[in-house]
Amino acid sequence: MTAAFWEGCAARELRIQQCRDCGTHRHVPTPICGGCGSFDYTWDVSRGTGRLFSYTIVHHSVHPATEAIVPYNASVIELDDCGGVLVTSNVVDCANDELYAGMPLRLVWEQVDPTLSLYRFTPANE
Amino acid sequence: MSIELRNATSIAGVGETEYWKVGRADKNEFELACIAITRAVEDAGLELSDVDGMCTYSSERSSPVALAPALGMSDLHFVNLYPGGGSAAGGVVHNAALAVAAGVAKTVVCYRSLCQGQNMRFGRARAGHGLSAQPMSTTIGGPQAFTAPFGLFSPAQTYALDARRHMHEFGTTSRQFGAVAVASYANAQRNPRAVMHGRPLTIEQHQESRMIADPYRLYDCCQESDGACAVVVTSSERAADLRQPRVHITAGAQGMVSGDGLDRQSRPASLWTSAGMTSIARQLYREAGIGPEDIDVVQVYENFTGQVIMALEDFGFCARGEGGPFAESGAIDWPNGQLPINTSGGNLAEAYIHGLSLVIEGVRQLRGASTSPVEGAGHCLVVGGPSAPPSSALVLSRG
Repeated sequence: MTAAFWEGCAARELRIQQCRDCGTHRHVPTPICGGCGSFDYTWDVSRGTGRLFSYTIVHHSVHPATEAIVPYNASVIELDDCGGVLVTSNVVDCANDELYAGMPLRLVWEQVDPTLSLYRFTPANE
Repeated sequence: MSIELRNATSIAGVGETEYWKVGRADKNEFELACIAITRAVEDAGLELSDVDGMCTYSSERSSPVALAPALGMSDLHFVNLYPGGGSAAGGVVHNAALAVAAGVAKTVVCYRSLCQGQNMRFGRARAGHGLSAQPMSTTIGGPQAFTAPFGLFSPAQTYALDARRHMHEFGTTSRQFGAVAVASYANAQRNPRAVMHGRPLTIEQHQESRMIADPYRLYDCCQESDGACAVVVTSSERAADLRQPRVHITAGAQGMVSGDGLDRQSRPASLWTSAGMTSIARQLYREAGIGPEDIDVVQVYENFTGQVIMALEDFGFCARGEGGPFAESGAIDWPNGQLPINTSGGNLAEAYIHGLSLVIEGVRQLRGASTSPVEGAGHCLVVGGPSAPPSSALVLSRG
């Protein structure tokens, strides 16, 4: 079920699941619409603009993969489109102490390894 | 069929092991479970052979199926697991009370044994949930596939996002979070069982402590501990004839708010500044026939200090968004605050046994046996893990 999401990433599309019956968007992917109970869904592609909903700056690494990158931010972005769903990501190209809730952001893609591109966000000019 | 639960059952006995800093226990987790259960049954003046029900957390490693024969228990008529970790702190007792009130079992032991030092530590990156959780490797599936690639792994990191949102919407400050920790540590100084006994904490020390996941500093996070707890639930009528003063289970409530769930980013925006316990609070007060103004003392599960503040709001002790100033005002401090909290030192400073220790402290308050006694306490609210659905809560009352 999530394969289409990750195939979207490979194509540099941020795909958000949308119910075909009631139109409600949802992220992360689930088999059934919590709004109307429909199993029928499609994938909407976000324009990739949004606002910083919340964030934490991680100083204490709890996984070997992050030991070399602390402090880093883990952030939640409220998309402008796709029903305003919340998406966990990182804000890049921005000092951690300049982050603020409500900050306008736009999507950027990063090729993290040959098979995976990841969606991240960068400050957007309003 | 409708069961009248209010005051129908009581906690007749409590038992706990020594508490240790994570990794310091000198016995294994299963043995600690045996010790806590034995002590609780003995405290009640009962025999292990009197126990006919067991109730624990779904993440408990010491299974009832292993403990019952080890302890020589008789036939069991009720065996129950409440989902999760801290969420279950009130739920195990609530489920036991329901079983006793329904006549399914006569004497139910609720227990939790937890040695993070002998097993996986909760503060590390984990894949999966509950008993199936494993240390996280280089691949990940399920909802965590949508958080782990961005370095969002641990409870402290995840819960910090809610704390940040509360700060953004209401102006809550780190010092206000710190007030919760300072209150718990102050209570631990009077409690010789507390792991942090002899280690007082000032707000300045809180503010200078190292950052874990901003806005959460070291002292905003619960401890990791080794130890075990148990309580005995039986009918109030029977408890009246037992060794200890009975403590009524006046009400219990469990469940979750619509839209809440394990996958945190899928929650509606309104739940990011709540402990997700408003529906539990409403049901609890209705069942108890009392309101927040009638509560004398609160034992509230501290996973993190901001979640305590949100829980105090959910349970109606102050308005939405006022939890920070409420905590900082001294309202939660023993002995002079209007609503002393976590009078044993709680998860932050006594021990982190997934909150069952908070139930025991509630019992001590109502027996007049707390080391930080609230004078004339008649009703104690016990709150399970805030923002840890499906959570739970209890009103305990002097019997």
